[in-house]
Amino acid sequence: MSEIREGLAYSREHEWAEKRGERIVRVGITDYAQSLLGDIVFVELPGPGTVVAAGDSVGSIESVKTVSELYSPVGGTVTAVNESLVDRPELVNGEPYDGGWMIEVELDGDAEEAFEELLTAEGYREHLA
Amino acid sequence: MKPDKALIFELSRPGRAACSLSECDVPELDVASVIPAGMLRAKPAELPEVYEVDVIRHYTELSRRNFGVDNGFYPLGSCTMKYNPKLNEDVARLPGFAKIHPYQPESGVQGALELLHTLQNDLAALTGMDGVTLQPAAGAHGEWTGLMLIRAYHESRGERRMKVIVPDSSHGTNPASAAVAGFETVTLKSDERGMVDLEALKAAVDGDTAALMLTNPSTLGLFEERIVEIADIVHEAGGLLYYDGANSNAIMGIARPGDMGFDVVHLNLHKTMSTPHGGGGPGAGPVGVKSKLLPFLPVPTVGRRADGTFYWDGDRPQSIGRVKAYCGNFGILVRAYAYIRTYGPEGLRRVSECAVLNANYMMHRLAPYYDVAFPGVCKHEFVLSGKRLRAFGVRTLDVAKRLLDFGYHPPTIYFPLNVEESMMIEPTETESKETLDAFVDAMIRIAEEAETDPQLVLNAPYTTVVKRLDEATAARKPVLNCSCG
Repeated sequence: MSEIREGLAYSREHEWAEKRGERIVRVGITDYAQSLLGDIVFVELPGPGTVVAAGDSVGSIESVKTVSELYSPVGGTVTAVNESLVDRPELVNGEPYDGGWMIEVELDGDAEEAFEELLTAEGYREHLA
Repeated sequence: MKPDKALIFELSRPGRAACSLSECDVPELDVASVIPAGMLRAKPAELPEVYEVDVIRHYTELSRRNFGVDNGFYPLGSCTMKYNPKLNEDVARLPGFAKIHPYQPESGVQGALELLHTLQNDLAALTGMDGVTLQPAAGAHGEWTGLMLIRAYHESRGERRMKVIVPDSSHGTNPASAAVAGFETVTLKSDERGMVDLEALKAAVDGDTAALMLTNPSTLGLFEERIVEIADIVHEAGGLLYYDGANSNAIMGIARPGDMGFDVVHLNLHKTMSTPHGGGGPGAGPVGVKSKLLPFLPVPTVGRRADGTFYWDGDRPQSIGRVKAYCGNFGILVRAYAYIRTYGPEGLRRVSECAVLNANYMMHRLAPYYDVAFPGVCKHEFVLSGKRLRAFGVRTLDVAKRLLDFGYHPPTIYFPLNVEESMMIEPTETESKETLDAFVDAMIRIAEEAETDPQLVLNAPYTTVVKRLDEATAARKPVLNCSCG
């Protein structure tokens, strides 16, 4: 059974979003997503400063099997990317919600509005069923 | 066979040689007097120094590690691994084909030109198109060529359409070719039957749509029953319809993409027309077009004059240009021509009928043991899901590895992406019932092993030279060169 962590918001494209401060949101892919993809070999992330809209493809996640798009569940400006993934892409498999985080985005709008479109942990659980 | 095979460079010992040259009986020139200094080696090339017997053993052993269609059943879905008739090899080696040069005067190679001209016409007739270029060297190359033709068409009409729509079941080369051709790709979700969702398509097309790329039958082995409506939707929005011919083995002589509404098609001669597959080719991906795209075809094609003689026709001012040296992979085109002549129109239809029959037979025998992704009549290939084996901790990958022990090349796995734990099986028409039954028996046995002895499956393969490879590390930390000596 894949882990669906409480307290996070989820997109239908299997990303999670975590509020880390007033307007900063941290993004990664879910445990379900990493298990489907298999061993991650390469993660391509946007540079800090990149402006993204909710739903935009902002990068890609490459496994032995396939390359998958990384969508940003929220809109704003990328403020940080997880540099550890360059040398250790396997963090995405081992710690999808922790060490495998991908980007941080500073919201361009209201946090409540941004999260309205996303699913709760329960909602994501239903989506997977 | 030893798994840890030394490289030929590692077998090198100073002073050894595999051949001895006879004494030079012509005046020897100092190489520095004929080659400019900037192009001379500073030190000799590090060619391996190995005895002839060791060279022969080394390469013979490597060749015995190969697995090809001549070794065993190769049901790789989407690849159409049909038997390559050796007659095609004889024909390709006829000196009149093998020993000519593309820059010879046309008068001396009329036979070769006639072959190409006839092949152009045959492929056009088979696909319902008005003209064909034989230049592209591979399927993806054909896709890119077709997309460049589409781009040229829209630009000639003063339109800059930037989007190409591809279904989520499409072969990865489709969006890749579109990206290389300068387009943005839009992915269309299939409906619950694995077909194009017409409502989603209607919502996705607009004045920026250059084309929709489709495979029909789809990569799920299903015929797009509403293809005529799909064509209308795309055409009404001003877009063109591109046919990925990878699955043509299902419809030869039965249905033609041109009649379905496609504007551009590519064929994979190394799939449908029995020319040899190899990782990296040589292949051939000829592209056919409807008349409105004829002006943009690559040059040259082969034309025929009123007096019956053949010539290189480069008179196409709006051509996108050349996409390959000379006329493409000529030897492959000769083999395809020989194949088409061997079978003829009725024979090719029978090829497709048998390909479809074989796939349906296997699917029916396997249905009790694996989940059929889309029940119903399939075409030349079908998709199974290995998901029910997850209850025993066994995945599709493990089934594939275990099949190696039975002497089979596994089917395509984890493609198409919209089926969980997918296995795509394409037997082709060139297999006996005994071969199909033996493969199905092996699959059934593996399903039973997964339930009664999962470790046996998880630790497979046992009988191959290399066992499970650490693919993740190979991808993360590739060793790209080695130093010798």
